[in-house]
Amino acid sequence: MPDRELPLFVRTDVRHEFGRAVASHGAARAGHIPGEPGLWVFILGDLSLFGAFFVGFLVMRLQERALFEQSARSLEPLIGGVNTIVLLTSSLLVVLAVRAVRRMRKRARRGLLLGALACALTFIVLKVHEYSRVIASGHQPDDNTFFIFYFTLTGIHLLHVAIGAVALTATAARRHVAIPFAEGVAVYWHMVDMLWIVLFALLYLEPVG
Amino acid sequence: MRPAALASEVVVWSGLVAATVASWWIASTLGAGYRLVFPAVIAVAFVKMWLVGRYFMELREAPALLRRLFDCWIVIFGLATVLLAAL
Repeated sequence: MPDRELPLFVRTDVRHEFGRAVASHGAARAGHIPGEPGLWVFILGDLSLFGAFFVGFLVMRLQERALFEQSARSLEPLIGGVNTIVLLTSSLLVVLAVRAVRRMRKRARRGLLLGALACALTFIVLKVHEYSRVIASGHQPDDNTFFIFYFTLTGIHLLHVAIGAVALTATAARRHVAIPFAEGVAVYWHMVDMLWIVLFALLYLEPVG
Repeated sequence: MRPAALASEVVVWSGLVAATVASWWIASTLGAGYRLVFPAVIAVAFVKMWLVGRYFMELREAPALLRRLFDCWIVIFGLATVLLAAL
């Protein structure tokens, strides 16, 4: 049975939809927290943890500059760049999926989220390919400071991607999705995208002579 | 779905992809002699993050406190990493 045929009192999306409609009439969408307030404690905390790692990486680079430049050459910017575009595309699909949830378009929601999931799986496949390539070229995770950072940062990020893939699947598979839930999954997924944007620049884009 | 609102996200996505390709091209074309390329590429990455937050996470419609916390994060970590990369 399509969402819109359900009785009003079991449709959790209706109140939000009406709330949104009322708010937009009053030109007062400003003030809406995407997802739930508690989620933002996690998001800003996670971002700060990664931020500290970014700073740590660059501080260590100052001490072992030649090693970092040489090690970065073992990475293939093409794989990192394609993965950046893959995640950016998945983010756009998730933005559109949230719109579909607000408009109670179940088929559109599912199609867009499955598209985003395909992007997540592409990212994982490319990352595993890159790991095997790096290891085959003779670099182990504990090879030197650069590779400790590389495997730790991209490994934790990959775990975030895998958790996000499960969340995207759950949001696509559910019969009914409440708007705050969809927004929460979307915010988390955009954070995963954001972190990769900086990781790509830090790890892959140092110009080499 | 307002076409104008949808278009703005597609424009942001296009800009993000263009910035990714441009950063990648500049970093791979210019040699290590150009010391400002790395901090510039990282600065662009933080601008990209800010755009994802503002347009994709919908922070432009969020309460001022949340918006400012996010902006502060971008400024603090953006400045720290760009300066460290420039050293």
